[in-house]
Amino acid sequence: MTTSTPAGVTNAASDAVQAPRRNLPRLYLTEARFEFLKLLRLPGYSVSVLAFPVMFYALFGALFGGYAVQGISTAKYMVVGYSAAGVLAASLFGFGVGVASERGQGWLRLKRVSPMPPLAYFFAKVVMALLFSTLVVLVLTLLGAVLQGVRFEAGTWLRMYGALMLGVLPFASLGLAFGYLFGPNSAPMVLNLIYTPAAFASGLWIPLTVMPPLLQKIAEFLPTYHFAQFALSQAGAEPVGSGLTHVLVLAITTVVCLGLAVWAYFRDEGKTYG
Amino acid sequence: MTDTRAATMDRSPATDPAEPVAELVEATKRYGAVTALDRVSLRAMPGEVLAVLGPNGAGKTTAVSLMLGLARPTSGRARLFGADPRSAGSRMRIGTMLQVSGVPATLTVREHLTAFATYYPAPLGVDGAIAIAGLEGVANRLYGKLSGGQQQRLHFALAIVGDPDALFLDEPTTGLDAASRRAFWNHVREYLGGRRSVILTTHYLEEADALADKVVVLDQGKVVAYGTPTEVKARAAGRKVRAVTRLSTAEASALAGVRSVERSGAVTTMLSTDSDATVRALLAADPRMSGLEVTGAGLEEAFLSLTSGTGGDDGEGNAAAGPRGRGGGRDSYAATGRTEP
Repeated sequence: MTTSTPAGVTNAASDAVQAPRRNLPRLYLTEARFEFLKLLRLPGYSVSVLAFPVMFYALFGALFGGYAVQGISTAKYMVVGYSAAGVLAASLFGFGVGVASERGQGWLRLKRVSPMPPLAYFFAKVVMALLFSTLVVLVLTLLGAVLQGVRFEAGTWLRMYGALMLGVLPFASLGLAFGYLFGPNSAPMVLNLIYTPAAFASGLWIPLTVMPPLLQKIAEFLPTYHFAQFALSQAGAEPVGSGLTHVLVLAITTVVCLGLAVWAYFRDEGKTYG
Repeated sequence: MTDTRAATMDRSPATDPAEPVAELVEATKRYGAVTALDRVSLRAMPGEVLAVLGPNGAGKTTAVSLMLGLARPTSGRARLFGADPRSAGSRMRIGTMLQVSGVPATLTVREHLTAFATYYPAPLGVDGAIAIAGLEGVANRLYGKLSGGQQQRLHFALAIVGDPDALFLDEPTTGLDAASRRAFWNHVREYLGGRRSVILTTHYLEEADALADKVVVLDQGKVVAYGTPTEVKARAAGRKVRAVTRLSTAEASALAGVRSVERSGAVTTMLSTDSDATVRALLAADPRMSGLEVTGAGLEEAFLSLTSGTGGDDGEGNAAAGPRGRGGGRDSYAATGRTEP
């Protein structure tokens, strides 16, 4: 035991001074870049998030673009609605299916024993969802302008964009909770069972005004409805309900879903490791 | 700040030679009614390759999970570099190869390694890891397009890319054929160069023999043997000679073939590599001894269950692949020991 020789002390001291450190900003950015690339190359994700809203818009925009709803053209309404659907899909599936499959394959275990800061994993997924959401909004804005002559004032567009990006928080949290609650095989199905009816019943695809009154009543209980209405109000549509209510519903959804995710995380830990 | 190559030269003073890299102290782990580990103590010292050997379900993966901080012991404790295994400081000094069924398929070898390299303060570098793991030809290939052996080598590359002080390899060659397995051992040996610590779990005695300095054999959650591969093999081949004798422990140890002696009340138990010689010597030294009993050592039974476990794998392999002679000869390792690849 030669623990405290003078040489050892100097060595330890110089070690402390020169101890190399990780470049944390680079770590987080690298993680985010590869998370985005990983899903961009995964057709199951990139096609359903990007291509479906584009196809729907091209089709339904051409058929029903000429009407008016909430004081704006249906062509404009659909730019907002399909953008909202794209944000919902990017967040819900990016987190839900991603976490469920990476957990099921043991990849998450390897990440957990690595020195990766756990926050980097979630940061990367949030950035990925924001990037895909931004792509959807940009493509639909362009499509609306080219196909239907939809115009936004710069300030209005930015407000709409901001409102749409706000949706990443609650729906990524919801996806996260489902990623821990369900296995890799059932998660995509369960998420589709939520996504499709929610998008439809919240007026993301077809304006609620053409739907039966009962459905319109139900919509008010859906966070996706408040998300769409908040984005629409920022895009220049006549507001339905107060903006404060919309934001509050989205905030509560985020908190509840994160709580559920934490609970599901520990429940999963218990199941796997006693 | 990002250029940290120089720091890797100075690794040895950071590791206190007297401090275990990883250890379990009287660690018990229960999952409901099942006891996966039962008061297991083991330690890996710096520069040492420790193999945790045992059949499926022996508690190997549980032992590693405790040392890695993936699970908490029900009682006892687990340490990594003398600290809580969950601490970031400990984790920056280890690289891990776990049994994973999937790595994200749509990133390339290089991209996966680039991401992992950023987790460490003084990484080996992506190209270095690619070279050591033998992935040069496929560096820009997506993970999903790699062969099984190449995927396994990427898992190894992910473990070493941070240039860690210690490696955890959990059943690293499960599912590989005999040739890939040997190639993998060569990569590991070349990389280690005697400077790094490894905790390896395996159910192949051959693998422990090829890589390990020390072997700990687990069976049903308990340590049944510990020593160098040679010692463990010798003990595995031995028998227990039990008798009531007036010989002292020291006298009994001196008998032919006896490796160790235990005394419990009037009964003396000798572990012998040559039970015939031991019994003759015992009778000569103490003609009045009684209650003679010769049995297979516990370890031998452990190895029987071991080899029957791997024998099952082999049976399948042989049935599918015909006379794959080299792999099929594994059963003989328990008796004959090392065969050079």
